[in-house]
Amino acid sequence: MTYSEKVLDHYENPRNAGSFGKDEEGVATGMVGAPACGDVMKLQIKVGKDGVIEDAKFKTYGCGSAIASSSLVTEWVKGKTLDQALEIRNTQIAEELALPPVKIHCSILAEDAIKAAVADYRKKRDGAEG
Amino acid sequence: MLKLPVYLDYSATTPVDPRVVEKMIPYLGEKFGNPASRSHSYGWQAEAAVEEAREEVARLFNADPKEFVWTSGATESDNLAIKGAAHFHAGRGRHLVTVKTEHKAVLDTCRELERQGFEVSYLDVGENGLLDLDVFRAALRPDTTVVSVMFVNNEIGVIQPIAEIGEICREKGILFHVDATQATGKVLIDLSTLKIDLMSITAHKVYGPKGIGALYVRRRPRARIEAQMHGGGHERGLRSGTLATHQIVGMGEAFRLARLEMGTENERVRMLRDRLLDGISSIEHVYVNGDITHRVPHNLNVSFAYVEGESMLMAVTDLAVSSGSACTSASLEPSYVLRALGRDDELAHSSIRFTLGRFTTEEEIDFAVKLLHEKIGRLRELSPLWEMVREGVDLNTVQWAAH
Repeated sequence: MTYSEKVLDHYENPRNAGSFGKDEEGVATGMVGAPACGDVMKLQIKVGKDGVIEDAKFKTYGCGSAIASSSLVTEWVKGKTLDQALEIRNTQIAEELALPPVKIHCSILAEDAIKAAVADYRKKRDGAEG
Repeated sequence: MLKLPVYLDYSATTPVDPRVVEKMIPYLGEKFGNPASRSHSYGWQAEAAVEEAREEVARLFNADPKEFVWTSGATESDNLAIKGAAHFHAGRGRHLVTVKTEHKAVLDTCRELERQGFEVSYLDVGENGLLDLDVFRAALRPDTTVVSVMFVNNEIGVIQPIAEIGEICREKGILFHVDATQATGKVLIDLSTLKIDLMSITAHKVYGPKGIGALYVRRRPRARIEAQMHGGGHERGLRSGTLATHQIVGMGEAFRLARLEMGTENERVRMLRDRLLDGISSIEHVYVNGDITHRVPHNLNVSFAYVEGESMLMAVTDLAVSSGSACTSASLEPSYVLRALGRDDELAHSSIRFTLGRFTTEEEIDFAVKLLHEKIGRLRELSPLWEMVREGVDLNTVQWAAH
C-alpha cells in the first residue's frame, strides 16, 4: 500500500490526538466503527457557549488512512458551528488526503464521526435543558 | 552501522550464502555444458556436478541420491507429488487428506484435484497450530490414497508430528507427502527412519538460489507417481526439462553447509529468537501465535492487541517482516493460518512474523525490540480501544456502530 504525502504526514504527526476530560463542559463524543471491521474512531468536540466548536480531539484504531482522516477532521471542525461541521463531506476528506478507492470507507467513517459527535452534543444539551 | 530495514523475514527467502555463490559461478561460465549431453566432456562435467549435488542433498536427509528429482522449487514439487500420486492411484481411491494451515501450494493443488473429481478433507488444527492424531486417524477412509502434511508451518513455525503421521499412513498403505520447505536445515530429518514417501524441498530458504528445488520420491517401498511435465525424459521421466546446472550446484552446496552447520546455527538463532521474545514480553497484551515448544528456533509470530495491523506495518517500516494481515484491499483478510488457530480477526490482523537467520545479529534484535516498544506504545496512545481497556471497559460488552 502506498500512501499520499498528506496521509503520511497526518500519520506521523497526528493533529489533536488525545481525549478531553470526561466532565469538561461542552464536550461531546462520537464513536463509530467496530474492532472487527478494522477501524474505530473516537471524535470529541468541545463546543463554546456561542455554539462554535472551540477544540477537537481524536483517537483512532485503524489503518493509516483512518488515522489521517480523523486527524484532518479535528482541524476542519475547529471554528465551525455545528451545522457547518455537518456540512463536511467524506468526498472532501478523500480528496484532500488523496485516498485510493479502497480507503474511501475511512473518509466515510470520519464523516460519520462528526455526525455522531454533534448528535451526542445535541442530545446532552437537550437533556440538560429538558 | 545497521543496514535498514533490518531483515527479519528469512522464512520468505534467504540471501544466497557467499560460499554458495562462489561454487555456482563457474557453471554459468566455462562449465556451461548440458548434463544430458552424453557425447563430450562438457556434458560429463555438468552431469558430474549435478550428481555430486544430488548426493549432498540426499546426505542431509540420510537418503539415497536416486530418490531425488530436481524441480523448480517447492511449489512444483508439491504439485508433482500430490497430483502425481493422486492420479497414479486414482484406480484405488479418490480421497486425499490435508490440513487447513498448509501452504497455498498444497491447498490450491488440492482444490484443483477437487475440480477434477477428487475428494479432499481439510483438517482443523488445535489452537497451538498442531494436528491432533485422533482427528487425523478419524479422517482416513478406505479410499484415502494420499495424505499431505507440512513439516513446519511457514507462518507460525510449529512442527507437526510427522513421525507419528507417517507410521499411521504406512500401516494403512496411504502415500504420505510432506512439504519440508520450512523444515530444511532447521529440524533433523532422517528419511531412513521417518515413514515419508514424498517430500518437497527448496533451496532458497536454506541460503541457496531461487528457482531450484527437489522432490524426494521413496524407492523402498516404492512411491509411484505420474509425471506432470513431459518432454525429454529427464529425471527418470518424472520431470522433463534441461537441468539448471548452476542452480543445482548451488542447492547442493547450500544443503552441504546446512548439514555441517545446522547444529550450531540453530542454537545461535534460538538464542536470538529468545532474546527477541524476552525483549517484547514486557509490552502488555502480546500474544505468541502457535506452540512455543514444538517450533523451529528461528520463528516468532506474535499479535499485539489493540493496534490495527496495517498502521502497525506502517510503523515498523525499519523492519522487513511479514504480517498476518493481507490488508491491500478494503476487505479484512487476516491470515487463514491464524484464523485456523481460532485467533479472532483483530489479533490475527495485528500479528507480525519475525523469522531470523544465518546473518541476524544481536544488534539487529535489540534494534527491533526498541523500535517495537516505541511504535506499539505510540499506536496504543492513539487507540480508543486501548484507552477503554485502560479504563477497565470490557470491549466485548460494547455496542459497536458497525459499518
